Amino acid sequence: MESNIINEKIFDVEKIRNDFPILHQLVHKKPLCYLDNAASTQKPKIVIDSINDFYSTTNSNIHRGVHFLSEKATQKYENTRTTVKNFINAKSEKEIIFTSGTTASINLVAQSFGKKYVNEDDEIIVTYMEHHSNIVPWQILCEEKNVNLRVLPINNNGELILEKFNELITERTKLISVVHVSNSLGTINPIEEIIKIAHQNNIPVLVDAAQSIQHTSIDVQKLDCDFLAYSGHKIYGPTGVGVLFGKEKLLDEMPPFMGGGDMIAKVTFDETTYNELPYKFEAGTGNIAGVIGLGAAIDYVKSIGLEKIHKHENQLLEIATQKVSEIKGLKIIGTAKEKTSVLSFIVENIHPHDIGTFMDFEGVAIRTGHHCTQPVMDFFKIPATSRASFSFYNSLEDIDQFIIALKKTIEALS
Amino acid sequence: MDSELRELYQQVILDHNKSPKNYRIIEHPSHYCDGHNPLCGDTINIYLSIEEGIVKDISFQGSGCAISKASASIMSSIVKGKTIEEVKSIFEKFKDMVTGKLDVDLESMGKLAVLAGVKEFPSRVKCASLAWHTLINAIDKKQDAVSTE
Repeated sequence: MESNIINEKIFDVEKIRNDFPILHQLVHKKPLCYLDNAASTQKPKIVIDSINDFYSTTNSNIHRGVHFLSEKATQKYENTRTTVKNFINAKSEKEIIFTSGTTASINLVAQSFGKKYVNEDDEIIVTYMEHHSNIVPWQILCEEKNVNLRVLPINNNGELILEKFNELITERTKLISVVHVSNSLGTINPIEEIIKIAHQNNIPVLVDAAQSIQHTSIDVQKLDCDFLAYSGHKIYGPTGVGVLFGKEKLLDEMPPFMGGGDMIAKVTFDETTYNELPYKFEAGTGNIAGVIGLGAAIDYVKSIGLEKIHKHENQLLEIATQKVSEIKGLKIIGTAKEKTSVLSFIVENIHPHDIGTFMDFEGVAIRTGHHCTQPVMDFFKIPATSRASFSFYNSLEDIDQFIIALKKTIEALS
Repeated sequence: MDSELRELYQQVILDHNKSPKNYRIIEHPSHYCDGHNPLCGDTINIYLSIEEGIVKDISFQGSGCAISKASASIMSSIVKGKTIEEVKSIFEKFKDMVTGKLDVDLESMGKLAVLAGVKEFPSRVKCASLAWHTLINAIDKKQDAVSTE
């Protein structure tokens, strides 16, 4: 009960839950307990309305129209760029490129930066806890250009072994691409330190912020990262939209990733000149409604406050961690000192997939599998984990429902 | 427990999961194949001893959920002594049963009928089918490891 009181002080969860229409439903006749937030977050009504409103009142293609709707749509789209810029404190709108998500953002850098700056026998550094989307784009580049991928190891708590970092850096290292928060372990990586070390060696750093942008405030100028990628749908916005931040100087020097409309200044069959930043990297009609929805999501998150969000989610993690620790045969995977609200675990002799199906029948949505981080699973010598990930709209009742369901599941499967 | 869930996780399945039949290695198999399900990380190794077109012995090892392990266990006990043609024909019926394609006569499915509940769980069909796909590849001596993707 004590924790309940602490919880009330941070903010009113019930009030916040009312902003999310999807949360108020029964699944298999049980109240939905949505704990799969690291995979995708739910959308507040204000985001859903903004998309609906765009299609109902403003829909049109952007940038080249001279008519009313096109100008209005362009304005909304570009306003969101400013919202994103301010949210991560970029220097200019030129540094904000809209993509389809984190994966697209990383691929853009791998291909474009790779084409310009990476040559045979060069090296790219990633870490052992990367999502496949921060491994495979580099492997493609490695294959194309005969480049080597080097991997910073982790320890048994699921933390980076930073001491090994200096050993990995050589004069051939061209880029370090590192995940800010691990989606399968919850570990918050010391990216400030990584960036500092990298910059001492004149190596640029890409930060995969897919799992951090929704939990903690990010200031790209303070961090001094060179690239930062994230997805809209992990921060309460729509799917199919994401952001790539890049320092203007780098983006300016990089060649276009895709050719097409909107990314050009002038096209003739003899010669084409490219548009200025950020449009150089936005070929074709983008996800206009999605971008506008992302803007609404960021405004919503800001209105609650990332600090409050962080506190509440930390509390949920702490309580849930303590409660699952009491369950016999259960082992938490990912016990880093610094974590976001991700709780990955395995249970002796019970496969995560079976746990997932049983929990579903208790109304509890968790994720089971390798979470697109197979190297992490290999490191811990496990095929998969069960993962509960908490959002600020989760309540203490959700934790209770989760724990009761988990105990019931284990009992049924033992 | 919910009846749909009970239908999927019948006691027989839980028992096979806990003590699977033919869960061992055949030292010199005439046929062998690895299978894996990238969705959940399940892996299975199937060992066969086929003589004159008849499955004389079969065994498996691997890691997977209760559904995949029970399916492999039941499969191993069913195909032993069958001809290759019979095995393939059972596999076709099994596929139809778990994907809910046809009104399969459950009576005719014998022990395999306990896996009929899978058809209500599209995400688990691959779990139930992995052992079978791997078995067929082993019989056909396909070199590539099986993936359910």
